[in-house]
Amino acid sequence: MTATEPIIRVVDLDAGYDGVAIVQDINFEVRRGEVFGILGGSGCGKSTLLKHMIGLYEPIRGHVYIGGDDIVTADEATHAAILRRFGVMYQSGALFGSMTLLENVRLPLEEYTDLPDDAIDLVARMKLELVGLEGFTGHLPAELSGGMQKRAGIARAMALDPSILFMDEPSSGLDPITAASLDATIRRLAENLGVTFAIVTHDLGSIFVAMDRVVLLDRKAKGVIAVGDPRRLRDESDDPRVRAFFRRESEAQAA
Amino acid sequence: MNSAALAPASALDVVALAIRDLPDGRRLLALSGRLDSATLPAVWESARRAVREVPSRGIVVDAAAVDYCDGAGVALFVELLRHPRDGKVEVVNLKPAQATLLEQFDPRVLEHDLDPEVPRGPAIEEVGRAAHGVWRDIRVQVEFVGETTAALAHAARHPRSVRWRDVWQICERAGVDALPIVALISFLLGMILAFQSAVPMKRFGAEIFVADLIGLSMLRELGPLMTAILLAGRSGAAFAAEIGTMRVNQEVDALTTMGLNPVRFLVTPRIIAVVLMTPLLTIFSGLVGLLGGALTMQTFAIPFTTFFKEVDSAVTLTDFMAGFVKSFVFAILVAGIGCLRGLQTAAGASAVGDSATRAVVSGIILLVVVDGLFAYAYYVLGI
Repeated sequence: MTATEPIIRVVDLDAGYDGVAIVQDINFEVRRGEVFGILGGSGCGKSTLLKHMIGLYEPIRGHVYIGGDDIVTADEATHAAILRRFGVMYQSGALFGSMTLLENVRLPLEEYTDLPDDAIDLVARMKLELVGLEGFTGHLPAELSGGMQKRAGIARAMALDPSILFMDEPSSGLDPITAASLDATIRRLAENLGVTFAIVTHDLGSIFVAMDRVVLLDRKAKGVIAVGDPRRLRDESDDPRVRAFFRRESEAQAA
Repeated sequence: MNSAALAPASALDVVALAIRDLPDGRRLLALSGRLDSATLPAVWESARRAVREVPSRGIVVDAAAVDYCDGAGVALFVELLRHPRDGKVEVVNLKPAQATLLEQFDPRVLEHDLDPEVPRGPAIEEVGRAAHGVWRDIRVQVEFVGETTAALAHAARHPRSVRWRDVWQICERAGVDALPIVALISFLLGMILAFQSAVPMKRFGAEIFVADLIGLSMLRELGPLMTAILLAGRSGAAFAAEIGTMRVNQEVDALTTMGLNPVRFLVTPRIIAVVLMTPLLTIFSGLVGLLGGALTMQTFAIPFTTFFKEVDSAVTLTDFMAGFVKSFVFAILVAGIGCLRGLQTAAGASAVGDSATRAVVSGIILLVVVDGLFAYAYYVLGI
C-alpha cells in the first residue's frame, strides 16, 4: 500500500434531498492517511455531501467508494462491512444522552466485539484518554462542555479503530484554544495511528494547520471549485472565489 | 402640486418632505430632518406617490438637510430607486456616511423578491401531492411494522442481543412509575361507575348487580382501555419525545453509521418493556377499580365480602382473559406508535412536540378502533 492510494473516491455524485440536487458532479479522492477537508461557505452543501458519503442518504446520482466498495450500491453485508471501516463525529457530538461517556464509547465495542467486559472497559478508557477525557468517564454528556462532547464524540467514533474518521464541523462553537487542541489531536491521530480524516469545516485556522488537502465547494456553482493543498490554493489559485475563501475576503475584494 | 410641506421640520426627531417641480421639468423631493423607522411612515407614501405620478420625468431626491439616516431611512431611497421607470431617479447631497450606507444595496437586486414562495399548483396537483403523502406515510408504517417484527423475531432468537438494562429501565419508567396514576384513575372510575349505576338500580332493589357491572366492565373493557390510554399519554408521548430528540441531535444517525439498526436498538427494548408491564398494570387497574366500586357499595349497605362474591360469580376466567389478551395488543400499539412517531421526527425543536402530540392522538384513536374490533371479534366468537 502506498501513501497516495485513494481510500475514499467520490465519483460523479449529485447529492440533495427529495430529488433536488444541492451539489452536483462531485468528483474527488481522499488518500490513505491524509487529513482531508471538505470546505465551503455556509449553505454550500458540505454537510449534505458528508451525509451522502457516509450512506445516511441515497444520492441522486453517482458513487462513493470507501475502501474500494461502493456504499451506494452495496448489499446489506457489504454495507455493514463498509460501516465498520469508518467512524463519524457529528456536529453536536451526538452522544447518547442517557449513557455516561464510558458507556457511549463502550457501546460499539459491546455490539461488535467478543472482548471480555474488563477489556472493553479498558479499551474505552484508553480511547477517552486519547482525547484527554480520562477524568470524565462517569459523566453524562449533558454535564460536559461543547468541546468535551465533541472530543468524546471522537473517542466513540474511534472505538473500533476505524481507518477513516468523518467529522462534521469539529471546531464549530469551540473557543480558539480548544479548537487548536482538537486540531493537534487530529494531527496526532493521523500521524501516529495512520487514521484518514475527512473533515467538513470552514474554520480557516484549522484548515492551514491540520489539513493536507481540501476540496472547496461553492453555493452558486453547486459543486467543487477547487481541490488541492489549501496553502497552495490560497497563494496560487487564479479563481477569485477560491482566493476569497482562503484569504477571508469578500469576493469583491479578491477580484 | 407645487411646494407642499407635509410635516413640520422644526423638531429634532421629525422628518419633512418638500416636493417641487423644477424649471427643467424634473421633480425635486427635498427631505430634511431625521430619517428612521419612527419617522419614515410620515413621508413613505407621499414620496412614493410623488415619484409614481410622473413616470416619465426625472426625479431629484435632495438629502442635503437630512441630519440622520439609519437602515430604515435608506430603505426610502432604495424604494424610490428600485422601480424601473422612464425618467431617471437621482439621490443627491447625501452625507458621506449615508452615501456609504446606500451604496451597500443594489436597487435592481431588490426590485423583486428573488426567492418568492413557490405558488401553489392547481387543485388537482395539490390533491395528488396529498395522496402521495398519505401513500408515503402508509408505506413508512408498513415498513416500520415489518422492521419491528423482524427485530422482535431476532430478539426472540437471540435474547442476548437485547439491551436488557434498557428494558428494565423502561419497565420502571413505563410500569412502576405509572402505578399511582393508574391506581387513581381506576379507583375513581370504579367509584363513579358504582355510584352512577347504584342509584337507579336501588329503585329496583338490584344494587347487588352493580358488582357484576363493575366486575365485567373493569376487568374486560375499561381496565385494559383506560390503562392503555394512560400509557399512550405517558409512555407513548415519552417514547416519541425521547426518540425524536435523539433524531434531532443526530443520535439516530450515529446509530445508523455505527451499523446499529435504530429499530432493533431503540424500538425493541421499548416494546418488550411495555408488553411486559401493560398486562400487569391492567390487572392492577381492574383490581383497584373493583376496590373503588366495593367502597362505594359500602354506602349502599353491601359489604365487601358480598360484593366480591358477586363479582366472583359474575366474572368468568374467559372475561378476565378477554381483557388480558387485549392489553398485550394495546401495549404493542402504544409502544409501536410512540417509537414510530419519534423516528419520523423532522428537524427543529417544535418537531419533537409535534411527534409527541401525534403519538398520543394516533395512539388513542388506534386503541379505540382496535378495542371496537376486539368487541366485534369477541361477539362473533361468542366470548
